[in-house]
Amino acid sequence: MLNRLLFLLPLLIFAVIAGYFTVPILTKKDPHILPSVMIDKPAPPHDLGPLLEGKPGVGPEALRGEVKLVNFFASWCGPCRLEHPILMRLAAETDLPLVGINYKDQRDAALVWLRELGDPFGRIGVDGDGRAAIDWGVYGVPETYVVDAGGHIRYRHVGPLTAQALKETILPMVEHLRAAKG
Amino acid sequence: MIAEIGHYALVLAFFVAIAQVVVPMYGAARRDAALMGFAAPAASAQFLCISIAFGALMRAYITSDFSVANVAQNSHSLKPLLYKISGVWGNHEGSMVFWVLILALFGFAVAAFGRQLPDTLKARVISIQGLIGLAFLGFILLTSNPFERLDPAPLDGRDLNPLLQDPGLAFHPPMLYIGYVGFSLAFSFAMAALIEGRVDPAWARWVRPWTLAAWTFLTAGITLGSWWAYYELGWGGWWFWDPVENASFMPWLAGTALLHSAIVVEKRDALKAWTILLAIITFSLSLMGTFLVRSGILTSVHAFAVDPERGLFILGILIVAVGGSLTLFAIRAPALKAGGLFVPVSREGGLVLNNLILSVATVTVFIGTLYPLFLDAMTGDKVSVGAPFFNATFVPVMIPLLVLLAIGPLLPWKRGNLRAAVEKLWVSALFTVVVAGGILVLEEGAPLAPVLGFGFAAWVAGGVVTELAERIRLFRIPLGDSIRRLFNLPGAAYGMSLAHIGMAVFICGATGEMNWTRELVATARAGDTLTLGQYELVLEKVERSQGPNYFRDMATLKVSKDGVPYATLHPERRLYPVQQMPTTEAAIRSSISGDLYVAIGEGSDQGGYIVRVWVKPLVPWIWTGAMLMVLGGLFSLSDRRLRIGAPKRSKRPAARPAVTEAGD
Repeated sequence: MLNRLLFLLPLLIFAVIAGYFTVPILTKKDPHILPSVMIDKPAPPHDLGPLLEGKPGVGPEALRGEVKLVNFFASWCGPCRLEHPILMRLAAETDLPLVGINYKDQRDAALVWLRELGDPFGRIGVDGDGRAAIDWGVYGVPETYVVDAGGHIRYRHVGPLTAQALKETILPMVEHLRAAKG
Repeated sequence: MIAEIGHYALVLAFFVAIAQVVVPMYGAARRDAALMGFAAPAASAQFLCISIAFGALMRAYITSDFSVANVAQNSHSLKPLLYKISGVWGNHEGSMVFWVLILALFGFAVAAFGRQLPDTLKARVISIQGLIGLAFLGFILLTSNPFERLDPAPLDGRDLNPLLQDPGLAFHPPMLYIGYVGFSLAFSFAMAALIEGRVDPAWARWVRPWTLAAWTFLTAGITLGSWWAYYELGWGGWWFWDPVENASFMPWLAGTALLHSAIVVEKRDALKAWTILLAIITFSLSLMGTFLVRSGILTSVHAFAVDPERGLFILGILIVAVGGSLTLFAIRAPALKAGGLFVPVSREGGLVLNNLILSVATVTVFIGTLYPLFLDAMTGDKVSVGAPFFNATFVPVMIPLLVLLAIGPLLPWKRGNLRAAVEKLWVSALFTVVVAGGILVLEEGAPLAPVLGFGFAAWVAGGVVTELAERIRLFRIPLGDSIRRLFNLPGAAYGMSLAHIGMAVFICGATGEMNWTRELVATARAGDTLTLGQYELVLEKVERSQGPNYFRDMATLKVSKDGVPYATLHPERRLYPVQQMPTTEAAIRSSISGDLYVAIGEGSDQGGYIVRVWVKPLVPWIWTGAMLMVLGGLFSLSDRRLRIGAPKRSKRPAARPAVTEAGD
């Protein structure tokens, strides 16, 4: 009997694993909007020191006042490199403020990264130990959040930004939030 | 028109697959030779249909037929031919067609080369193989049609992601897929054996070459991917513990365990249920790899097709395949009878320990890759797990394996003497002490990591040489006889030694790279000199020019080592205008002692360029070690025992009864 149970064990373990996979996907349709419990909550108030001299860091007050995108990035992160040109274009072509949070990075590496690929951000805060990222609910870099004028998180995009996500979701949402405020 | 033929061929393949699943399986249950005989031609027809579809898609890519949506989205008329071809599998739809093509190829291989297989086993294996194909063909036809047309057709395509336009990456996916999908045969054999209720040494002898072939390709595929990341991504790393890398690494670990446990089934008629379970797990992990990449549940560079509908479909396939096979396992496996006796200190005991460690390692990687998802599902907490987790858990788990690696092969089958084996290893132990001590002396105040790393590498290498020396009875019989013995060793013996020595070489490379890398980042103008260690680099010039589908800034650096001219390097920075994406082409000068790695960045406003220089000791050893493992796999495959395959026809059960069905 015990022997039989032993042979059943792999199936039981698999059932548990499969459950954890399936339930979140079935209950929430798009895995990209998937998990944030932070939506519509105030952005976590962290005081993140500046990365660059002459460019401000990200304090709690910095996230209020107008609609903005907050982007978590790191120089060691491959997908960040993929999305970077999109951020650069966004900075050049729109007036949407971009806030960067440099996640668990080495300062020098981050500086090289920005010098090499360009710096699209209006302000950059350093989240060296990743504490702020945990409070924001970051699963992995890159992630991008839409934060409204009141400092509330309105949208979370997991993974590299795509032109499509910007055009179809993020920019319309920014317009909507701006209109709602006005 | 050609695209429609391709689409039609896929639909046809789908229906052939239905017949391939149903008829032979029913025939095997009825022991009807005619119905079982249907399996081989069905597998061949399946392979033919999918080949036609794949050929049609490839033609659309080569001729830049942008009326096919898939081509328009992933190709460009100016792209070099190699990348037009590799573009076929560089995207979601095409890669799935490639997936089923390989699957059908393996089914066809069983049909063509499996003449020695018992009829029922062969019919069932081909039927299961068809079932997997059926699921994935359904997936392609319902969610990812590669032949969808665009009307009007665009003038030109959107180009392939430039990072993927690289010779290393052109061959990385095919290798990886042959490896992933190759494990499907081990799975099909396992399922068939469970249905038959019989696992014997002959079964293991049939399964092993297929598993070995899949493992060899997977090893080569992972290595190519790692090599690509190293030189193309331009930040000098070679393994990132990225979820998608892990997704290919887990089947590799489980497959390595499977290779070793199948030996025990073959030689000792034991460990049957465990081997079956490993075959199921290995292929399940391959399927999960596909799922992870396709569903976008984990994001990474590789997640090029993020679509919840597709993710759900593959999740469905995964649940049915894994759940179904494990259910069958739970019902049938308890009846599998173990053959011989089992003593802990013996070759088979060592192999069990090997399996245990590799399984723990697989679980470690599995947890590290999926733990963030679990935690999120259970508590809503978010964490990220990175390289530090894996370095802290995976590496210690592997250390006992390395200790064992030298001892295991010296233990005889059935009843071993640990003391005798360890006594044989005195040369190896001495070598280990000398190497570790040498490192301590050379690198004053050296941290523990390199001492341990090179020490273990020496231990493993010493063990391999000792085992080989034992085999040819070196110094115990005349030298000439020993050499004759060396040349007469079976392929499998060479295979084992090569793969194990590859492990030692790999450890040296990884240890050297991780502990002794030196880095320099500087802004340099033409004429500036940079110094790093023994190297002096003079930036001579940076020139702009045009490639087939990109612009490039190419730097020329004259390098001298210890004051002697050493090399001229040309790192490039490219811009692909269609996708507005820059890439880095690092310049690497390799030698046996390590790599000099130079990458350049964008020009700054003041007219200088960012130049990054790394000295990375022993990096080529990483690839060399992995290639030795591949070579070991190939040698082992060439073994006569596997080629002529297993018992003669007389031994196989006749088409009728004679089969001893398993019963409690």
